[in-house]
Amino acid sequence: MTNPLYKKHIVSITDLTREELELIVSTAEKLKKSPRSDLLQGKVIASCFFEASTRTRLSFETAVQRLGGTFIGFADGGNTSLAKKGETLADSVQVIASYTDAFVMRHPQEGAARLAAEFSTVPVINGGDGSNQHPTQTLLDLFSIYESQGTLDGLKVAFCGDLKYGRTVHSLAQALCQFGAEFTFLAPDALTMPDFLLHDFEEAGIKFRHADSFEEIVHEADILYMTRVQKERFDETEYKHIASRFILTSEHLLEAKPNLRILHPLPRVDEITVDVDRTPYAYYFQQAENGVYAREALLALVLNESI
Amino acid sequence: MVEKKKLQVEAISTGTVIDHIPAGQGIKILRQLQLLGTDLRITVGFNLPSKELGMKDIIKVENRLFDEAEASELGLFAPKATINVIEDYSVRGKFKMSVPEQLESVFECPNSNCITHNEPVQSFFTLKQRENDIQMKCKYCEKSFSKDIVAGL
Ligand SMILES: [Zn+2]
Repeated sequence: MTNPLYKKHIVSITDLTREELELIVSTAEKLKKSPRSDLLQGKVIASCFFEASTRTRLSFETAVQRLGGTFIGFADGGNTSLAKKGETLADSVQVIASYTDAFVMRHPQEGAARLAAEFSTVPVINGGDGSNQHPTQTLLDLFSIYESQGTLDGLKVAFCGDLKYGRTVHSLAQALCQFGAEFTFLAPDALTMPDFLLHDFEEAGIKFRHADSFEEIVHEADILYMTRVQKERFDETEYKHIASRFILTSEHLLEAKPNLRILHPLPRVDEITVDVDRTPYAYYFQQAENGVYAREALLALVLNESI
Repeated sequence: MVEKKKLQVEAISTGTVIDHIPAGQGIKILRQLQLLGTDLRITVGFNLPSKELGMKDIIKVENRLFDEAEASELGLFAPKATINVIEDYSVRGKFKMSVPEQLESVFECPNSNCITHNEPVQSFFTLKQRENDIQMKCKYCEKSFSKDIVAGL
């Protein structure tokens, strides 16, 4: 039987069904346990970073190589002759796609991946398009949640930090709507979850509430998803006043539920103090490692009819 | 009394009458359908009494029938409007507008960082009624905007 992701473009997390998300997570789990260096044998993957993102690029390129594939591409599109000669993205995609079996891309403009998918003859995998989507981040988040909790269903998930602009938070929350999650939000007033998403949660029948402190969260949450409150969004005194309320320390975790795990898309600055790293709740470094397995799973499913 | 009511705006022999436009939307429709720059003979009425709406606008365009794309745009601004096709001073056809599900190439995406602005593609929005507004979501950048922002009003 052909797997449902075979030859499919992966542009937006909302394009994926619950079954497809579960298939990616279970495939990532298998590939973590038993590596397969044959799944991309003989395949050439384009790794085109029209905007630099070292972390995401290294994770993708590691995934390609672990599966036995090779890649071509560039790390910073601004320095390529493509950008300098003013070629449209549509044209670049058509040419590069014709050399390869799949097209992994990151681009500074929103909608770039959707557009690329319309012009590419091979599957496009979105590695981030401006402030819009970054589906493989969400897939590695889901895999980490599954790995640490043993399920994706009915979990209590708290999101903390910049919930207004944080696209990783938005995509993960959207994906978890398919698994009957319950949400708690902890954010500065200026950075709360946008209304359009709250509407979506309501429509999906998802329960959510707003919290004022970590103490209100940790005794009942299964997952605490931390993000950074960026200095640039506030003036200096305002920032000092606000930020301290959104910095997680090990003291906040004294009453934590035993299965609580803390995730963070990294890089962290000071929003999680290093003493948290030594608690059993810290899971962000495992999460970063899982990025390779989630991307392996996605590439393997998109390029193999069955595994 | 019937006579008096009919004469709120002068009758036309052949053309289209857009009736039951919510008051204030008439001028937007004229602008959006680019009816003003033409030599078509147009009669408009603003803030006319209406049983259903309290006040309504009405637009009569002589010797001109609307095509589907224009009707879609119209549905966006006045989903409850009625389009009457007039021949020989009487109504030959009558249809109600509804909000279109999709709108292609009519409006530019308001997101200045959207990829559609520098690539060879048409804009594409999916539409959703939300409370008193219509939200338009760009297929490419996936951002949602109120219809008035998309239409630049
Ligand atoms: Zn757009």
